Amino acid sequence: MAGDALLDIRHLAVRIPVADGPLHAVRDVSLNIHRGETLCVVGESGCGKSLTSLATMGLLPPTAVRTAERLAFEGEDLLRAKPARMRALRGDRMAMIFQEPMTSLNPAWTIGEQLMEPFLYHGKGNRRAAEARAVELLERVGIAAAGSRLAQYPHELSGGLRQRVMIAMALMCGPDLLLADEPTTALDVTIQAEILRLLADLQREFGMALLLVTHDLGIVASVADRVAVMYAGEVVEEGTTEAVFAAPRHPYTRGLLSCIPIPGETPRGQPLGTIPGTVPSLVGGIEGCAFRDRCAFAREDCARTVPVKDDGPHRWRCVLEDVPA
Amino acid sequence: MLRFGLKRLALAIVVGVAVSAIAFMLLRVSGDLAAALAGEDASAADVERIRREFGLDRPLVVQYLEWLFKALQADLGRSLFYPESVSVLILTRLPNTLTLAGLGLVIALGISIPLGVLAALKRNTWVDRSALGLAVLGQAMPNFWFGLLMIFLFGLTLGWLPVSGSDTLRHFVLPAVTLGWFAAPVLMRLTRGGMVEVLQSDYIRTAHAKGLPVRVVLFKHALRNAIVPVVALSSVQFGNMLSGSVVIETVFALQGIGYLAWEAISRRDFPVVQGILLMVALFYVVLTLLADLANAWLDPRIRRG
Amino acid sequence: MAATAAGPKVGKRRGRVLGNPGLIVSAVVLGAIVIMAVFAPLFAPYDPYAQILDDRLIPPAFIDAELADPRYLLGTDNLGRDYLSRLIYGARISLLIGFLTMLVSGVIGTAMGVAAGYFGGRVDTVVSFLVTTRLSLPVVMVALAVVAIAGGSLQVVVLVLGLLLWDRFAVVMRSATMQLRSLDYVAAARAIGASTPRVLLSEILPNLVSPLVVVASYEMAQAILLEAALSFLGLGVQPPLPSWGLMVAEAKEFMLFEPWMILLPGLAICILVLAINLLGDGIRDATAPEGR
Repeated sequence: MAGDALLDIRHLAVRIPVADGPLHAVRDVSLNIHRGETLCVVGESGCGKSLTSLATMGLLPPTAVRTAERLAFEGEDLLRAKPARMRALRGDRMAMIFQEPMTSLNPAWTIGEQLMEPFLYHGKGNRRAAEARAVELLERVGIAAAGSRLAQYPHELSGGLRQRVMIAMALMCGPDLLLADEPTTALDVTIQAEILRLLADLQREFGMALLLVTHDLGIVASVADRVAVMYAGEVVEEGTTEAVFAAPRHPYTRGLLSCIPIPGETPRGQPLGTIPGTVPSLVGGIEGCAFRDRCAFAREDCARTVPVKDDGPHRWRCVLEDVPA
Repeated sequence: MLRFGLKRLALAIVVGVAVSAIAFMLLRVSGDLAAALAGEDASAADVERIRREFGLDRPLVVQYLEWLFKALQADLGRSLFYPESVSVLILTRLPNTLTLAGLGLVIALGISIPLGVLAALKRNTWVDRSALGLAVLGQAMPNFWFGLLMIFLFGLTLGWLPVSGSDTLRHFVLPAVTLGWFAAPVLMRLTRGGMVEVLQSDYIRTAHAKGLPVRVVLFKHALRNAIVPVVALSSVQFGNMLSGSVVIETVFALQGIGYLAWEAISRRDFPVVQGILLMVALFYVVLTLLADLANAWLDPRIRRG
Repeated sequence: MAATAAGPKVGKRRGRVLGNPGLIVSAVVLGAIVIMAVFAPLFAPYDPYAQILDDRLIPPAFIDAELADPRYLLGTDNLGRDYLSRLIYGARISLLIGFLTMLVSGVIGTAMGVAAGYFGGRVDTVVSFLVTTRLSLPVVMVALAVVAIAGGSLQVVVLVLGLLLWDRFAVVMRSATMQLRSLDYVAAARAIGASTPRVLLSEILPNLVSPLVVVASYEMAQAILLEAALSFLGLGVQPPLPSWGLMVAEAKEFMLFEPWMILLPGLAICILVLAINLLGDGIRDATAPEGR
């Protein structure tokens, strides 16, 4: 099944050396995403979801160590890809947008110059073609008077507009895969919805795969085909959005879902769920289930290696046969 | 940009006036100029005669205003030793000093920018530590001593380069290297610091995410931002070199305004001394003004301020 | 709570001091130079001014073992004065001028900087103007000119350099004070009605010590280098005082055949300045807030 996936990640690990020992930021993550599909990766901050996407792009900080059994894009092994090959893929076949639109654009160059760069350096055409493409995409992402915007500098634009520019820039070469790392977290609530709708529309329109990293389950429900829930560097549950939302199998997913009110279903006045405790330290490594200290159903065998179970495409990582409701 | 420029210009003018007053008063409040001119063996009557002759008996403010008024017309008075006027003296010596400082700055930037970029890229490795160590060592050496070592090594021992005078461009090599060596550490640290900061910024990650070649990321995206304060500082360093030229030019007997200043000071040729002080200070004022404007021009965010 | 928090913090700071070899080495070197300078008569084998005309220009053993004389470890100068003794006494001049200049400029600059940072507004404008004006003056030329008229003595050199080198103190103290002023506890002290001098003395100044030490070390090193340059140019400390800069100037005419005479005093300046600078850097690193 994973064989024809656009992106195939198996047993990915990212370790970051810190003063007290290696920080196991991503531990044994396996994910795949097909053409034209939207996969949402959810989890609390620090659970390794951003690092997973950076590891895919080969953009980890230099001190971080990436290992995996397989990391393939369109069947091509990225683990063995030379830096030049990764550069050729980045910005062309796979593109990425980031959390911080305010600082993700270079203050010294006009947005036109920055928009045109991927087009030019990936050899898609001359400057005139690049400019035409930039204007076209700026209009498509909802920026008025696109032609005159090209000469503006990033500091002249609001955060929402800058994120639209970032999106347009990622689309310049028509990528097969777009990785969006919490693209709306830094924006105003009203703009968040617009940007997400825009991303979902563009995903369909360009027929590209979208890997959307977020901690907002409301977003997931409305745009994702499939969802992966990460906790303490691991994928604890993964499946189609319907399956995971309808019948969450991991206690952590349950906890997350009970944290969001559902209009019309959650009775007024009923307290929202919370998950007691804090995420364990990932320095030095963890034996067994990382969630067991916070889990209401923890057992003795939670401290041992946890089996991955599946129900067709729905997989989870828990010793329990069935989580009591 | 215009408002910013005008504000800076106004400040520069006020500072210029203040500097002219200091350049003038300095020689008068430091001691009895007439006595210094007359020499140690002079009688009291001689000192008084000199005082009257040079108009030193008049009120300070009158002397200053007269000097300033003439200075504004490029008349800085006459030298007590040379037949030329002070303005002519300075103008004939100035090209040598400007050549020296210009070459020094080119050498300083030629050392500091590549080294600073390299140190930033290889942060916390031996490359970085050696570069920083070199900077610390460089700043600890007395400049006249470094100059003498250069003379001894490349002039006397190896015989590669001339060690005194200013006849050919070859004469400028050793003094320019000496000047550049002392201007480089600050510029190097600034380049390194700027690059380290910029390389960690989000927009550099964006540039990598776009698949741009490393050289484009480094030079178009990183250095372009890290260089802004370096450009500003190098103009200030150029000003510092003009004032530092007094030591270097004396060591290498290079006939510039620094050497002229030393000669004039040694001979109590005070019209020349105050003329040079004024000139060098005004140069510095203009250079800092240019540095601020260059900063604003290079950084689109300041431009509007 | 504050007491329990202090434990590990102090431990960490001690770790940073001990883990910084530059700091320790520079402190030891500087300490040795200071002790030698203070007790110069005990360390110097000869009177630094005594001329033994029969023993002129004797090179040290590591330059020329044949011509060297075991009585003069670092040789003798052109007047037959023991070079080692002159170097040891020279440390006195460098340290004295460096330290006193640093005091003079430190008092001026700190007063200006703290005033500008604390009061802001007009005071700040005036201080900024003074700093800009001061920076426009070429230090060496001005110092040379003043010394030429006022006469080359230790006091004049200290005074001139002190009046010229306060700018960095002012700039650093200004921004440090501005930062402190906006902190909660200073605002609180002002809010409960503490008088301005009281706030300055009890809340602001104690917290300025760390940046002050760093700037002071840098300026002391600058003053030592400048004194050497002035003396080298013949308009600083006057002969026969064994100023290191003056020793280089006196050795200049023997450069071709006795280059070691230039090398030694220059090296002495280099080592002293390096020790002071590294000590300043070390203190900065040891007292800097976490993560910087």
